[in-house]
Amino acid sequence: MSNGRVELTLSVNSEPYEAAVEPRKTLADTLREDCGLTGTHLGCEHGVCGACTVLIDDEPVRSCLTFAVQCADAEIRTVEGLADGERLHPLQQAFWEHHGLQCGFCTPGFLMLATSVLESRPDIGDDELREVLASNLCRCTGYQNIITAVHAARDQMRP
Amino acid sequence: MRWTGRSLRRFEDPALVQGLGRFVADVADRHPGALHAAFVRSPVPAGEIRSIEAPPDATVLTAASFPGMGTICARLDRPDFVALETPVLASDAVRHPGEPVALVVAASRAAAEDLAEQVFVDIEPAEPVLDIAAATDPASPTVHAGLDMPMGNNVVLDARFATDALDAAFEAADEIVELDIRAHRQNALPIETRGALAAHDPGTGRTTLTASNQMPHMLRTALADVLGVPEAELRVVTPEVGGAFGQKMCVPREYVALVAAARLLGATVAWIEDRSENLLASWHSRDHSYRLRGAFARSGALLGLDADIVCNIGAYSNYPVTFGVEPLMAMAELPGPYRLSQYRARSRAVTTNMCPIAPYRGVSRPVLTLAMERLMDTAGQRLGVDPLEMRRTNLVNEFPYAMPTGLPVDAGSYVETLDAAAAAVDLDGFRRRQQEAAAEGRYLGVGFSVFGERTGYGTPAFAARAMEITPGYETVQLEMDPSGGVVARIGASPHGQGLATALSQLLADELGVEPRQVAVVHGDTDATPYGWGTFASRSMVIAGGAAKLAAERLADRLKEIAAHHLEASPDDIRLQDGSAVVAGTSIGVPVRELARIAHHSSHRLPAGIEPGLAVAATYDPAGTFSNACHAAVVEVDADTGHVSLERFVVVADAGLEVNPMIVEGQIHGGVTQGIANALYEELVTDDDGNLVTASLMDFLPPTACEVPDIEVTHLQTVTDASITGAKGVGEGGAIGAPAAVLNAVSDALSPLGIEVNEMPATPSRLRELIRAATAAEPAPTGGRA
Repeated sequence: MSNGRVELTLSVNSEPYEAAVEPRKTLADTLREDCGLTGTHLGCEHGVCGACTVLIDDEPVRSCLTFAVQCADAEIRTVEGLADGERLHPLQQAFWEHHGLQCGFCTPGFLMLATSVLESRPDIGDDELREVLASNLCRCTGYQNIITAVHAARDQMRP
Repeated sequence: MRWTGRSLRRFEDPALVQGLGRFVADVADRHPGALHAAFVRSPVPAGEIRSIEAPPDATVLTAASFPGMGTICARLDRPDFVALETPVLASDAVRHPGEPVALVVAASRAAAEDLAEQVFVDIEPAEPVLDIAAATDPASPTVHAGLDMPMGNNVVLDARFATDALDAAFEAADEIVELDIRAHRQNALPIETRGALAAHDPGTGRTTLTASNQMPHMLRTALADVLGVPEAELRVVTPEVGGAFGQKMCVPREYVALVAAARLLGATVAWIEDRSENLLASWHSRDHSYRLRGAFARSGALLGLDADIVCNIGAYSNYPVTFGVEPLMAMAELPGPYRLSQYRARSRAVTTNMCPIAPYRGVSRPVLTLAMERLMDTAGQRLGVDPLEMRRTNLVNEFPYAMPTGLPVDAGSYVETLDAAAAAVDLDGFRRRQQEAAAEGRYLGVGFSVFGERTGYGTPAFAARAMEITPGYETVQLEMDPSGGVVARIGASPHGQGLATALSQLLADELGVEPRQVAVVHGDTDATPYGWGTFASRSMVIAGGAAKLAAERLADRLKEIAAHHLEASPDDIRLQDGSAVVAGTSIGVPVRELARIAHHSSHRLPAGIEPGLAVAATYDPAGTFSNACHAAVVEVDADTGHVSLERFVVVADAGLEVNPMIVEGQIHGGVTQGIANALYEELVTDDDGNLVTASLMDFLPPTACEVPDIEVTHLQTVTDASITGAKGVGEGGAIGAPAAVLNAVSDALSPLGIEVNEMPATPSRLRELIRAATAAEPAPTGGRA
C-alpha cells in the first residue's frame, strides 16, 4: 500500500479539478470524492454493470476500472455535463418522457453510454444499438423503455 | 379534467437524469470527515470463534465492544415456530459464509478494507448443513446447537393445513399427478448495493442513520430495541434508494453495528456494501422445494391438492416479517386462482449454514405459481386436455371466491386475461409454426401462466400469520400551506416506483389543484407519520387509500370555509381548477385564498372549524387480488440448452391505473426479473459452502439482449376492496413470468418427453435433461445429443 499521493489536474466536463490521489485510486472514486461529482454511480466495482460509465475523450469507459492517474491528459465527461444549463440533453429528456428510469441509479451510466454511441454513430440501427446498450445492467426497467428512449433521442439528434 | 389515469411524466426524474439524485453513497462521499467501515466476515459456513486478532492501532469493533447490545429477533406467536436470534456481530459461533464478525473503522474506505484484511479471526470449522436434504436429515448437525428444536434438529417452522375430505378426492380421481418443483437460491440484486451512514451528534445525543432501506420507521424501532436507546434519540432517513425488491426491507446487522459504532465513537461512520458482499451475505432469496400431488377428473377438473413445501431459510431469521413469511405464504396461497375444495399442505422452514433469506419480489408466489402452472400443464398433457382448456375448466370465475384456506378473492379477470393472451400469441398460428419448426429439428414452445397477485393487505392479513410485529396500515398527513401548496407526509417509502408522482395525481383530483402543487415527503422518521414502508405491492393501495381519505377530510374543511364565505351549503361546493365554486354557478373563491384565511385569518373561519389546514388519515384494508396472464414463446437450442425468448405477452389487471406508464414500467421490470429467475440467476455453492457466484461475471442478470419487448395489454377490474380502485402491481411481473417461461420450455421439449420443473432452467440443466432423454431412446425429431 502506498501513501504517496500524486497531484494531478483532471479536466471534467471542461472544468479543471485539482486532486491529490493515491495511484491506486479509481477514476470513479476520484470523481465522487475529490471532484464532488457523485452522479457517477458504482454498482459492482468490477466492470460488469456499467453504472459508472463515463466518457474519456468521447469513448465510454468503466470508471471503476480506470485509475485517476491515467486520466491526467484526457477530457472526461460525466452525467453532470450533459445538460446545457437548465435545458436537458435530448437523451435526458427522452429518458424522462419514455419512462426510461425507475430508481435512477443505473441511469447516468446508460446516458453516458448512449451519448457516446449516438455521437459517434448517429445512424446506428436498432439491432446494433440494442447490443451496445447490453453493455450495462438495469434492474428496474426491463430495458424496453431505455431502448425506446434511446431510439427517440437518436431520431431527434440525427443531424 | 382528471389527473388519475394519465401517464404523467414523473416528478422524480429530472434530478435523477442529471445525476443530482442523492443516494446513500452520495451522501457519504459528500460528508467531509466521515469515517468508513469495512466488515470482517466469516470465511467458512460454520465454526467456533476462538479469537480475533486485530492489527495494532486499528479501530476494530467486535461484539465485546458493545456490552449490553441485544439481538435482532422477531417472533411469530405459534406453537410450530422456533424463534432465531441474530447477534449483531458473531461472538462465539459463525453460521454462514460472510457472517459479520467485526467492523473496522478508518479514515477512508480503502484504509478500512486494508485493515480488515489484517484482522485474523481464528475459527475452528465445523461440519456445515448446506441444503434442504441435509437440513431435513436427522443425522445432520444442528445449525443452532443448544436451541430447543422440538420439530427436528433444523426445523424451525412446521405448519399444516387440511380440509376434511382430501383422501376421498384422491380416491375419486381419474388421474393423480405428482410433481417435484425446485426453485434455487437467488439474489434480488438491486443495482445499488446496501449502504448506510450513521452520524452521531454529541450535542443533541441523537444519531441519524441515512440508509438504503424500504422500511425506515421499522428500522428505527429495531435499532432502538437492539441498542436499548429511546426511539426519540434515533432518526432514520432514506434518501434515493437504487432499487430494493425486498432486499432492503429487513433490518440488516450491518446497519445496527454502524449506529452502535457511531454512538461509541461519537462520530459519523459510513458503510457501502461491495457487490461481492452483496452476493455473499446481504440477503438471499427463494430456495424452495415443493412436492405436489394433484387429483384430477378426466375433464381436467382439479379435485384435490396435496403439498409438501420446504424452504431453506438459511442461518437466521429476518426482522420484522421472520422466515415464516416464505412457508406460510406458500401454504396459504398455493391454490391460487384455481377452484379447489380439498387441500392439504405441510410447509416447513429449515435452517442451514447459508445466508439468511429475505422476501424478494413476489416472495413465495413466483414459486407457488410455477408449481400450480406446471401442475396444470402436466395434468393436461397426461389427460390429453390442452393447456387453455385445463385452465378454463379450473379458473375461478364467480366472485367473491374463498380459497380452501379461507382467503377471500375479490373480483378479477382470470379467464379474460387467459383468452386475451391466447389471442395475442395467435395460438393456432403458433402451433402450425411449431410443427414446421419441429420438422426442421427445432424446438419451439409456448407457455401460459395465470395467477392472482395478493396485494394491498393490511393488519388483518398479517395478523393471520400471528406476527409479533404486525404490519399493515398506512397513515398520510396532509397539509395545505398558506399559499395553497399541498404537502403529503407518508409512512410508505418509495424507492423508484414513482409513488410521489402517482399520489400527486390522486391528491390533485381530490383537491382540485394541479399535481405539481403537491409535494410528497417520505423516507424520514422525523418528518413522516409512523408507517410500514414500501413492499408487497402495497403502496398505491394502502398509502393511496390513506391519501384519498385524508384528501376527503381536507376537501371537506375547504368546502366548509368556502361555503361560509360564499353563503352556500358545503354540499354544493366543488373543488376544481384551483377554486372552490358553487356548483352550477360561476361563483367561487380561489383555494389559496381559503388557505390564507385558514392560516392567517382564523377569526374569519366558520364556527367549529379549527385554524390551519392539517389533517391525517389511516387506511388498513383487508387486501385485494390483482391478476394477470403471461404467455411466453421460446425456442430451445437442444445442442446448447440455450433458451431464446421470441415473445412475451402480458395481459394484466391491476384495477384502476392511476398512472398507466408507471404500471407498465412495473410490469416490464417485474417480468424481466421473472425471466432472469427462470433462466439465468442462481447462487451456486460448492460442497464446502463457498459461494462460487460471487461476482456479476458468474451471477448473471439479463441484459437488453436477453429480454424481448414485453407486450402488455391492460384490463381494469375495479372492486370495493380498494377505496382508490387501484389494486397494486409491483410484484406481478416477477410472479407470473417464471411459470410462463418454464411451461414454454417444457412445451418446446415435449417431443423429447422432457418436463422442466426446476428454476433457473440454465443451459447445463436443460442439457442434462436432453442428454438423459435422448440417451434413453432416439428422439422423434431433431434429437442430437
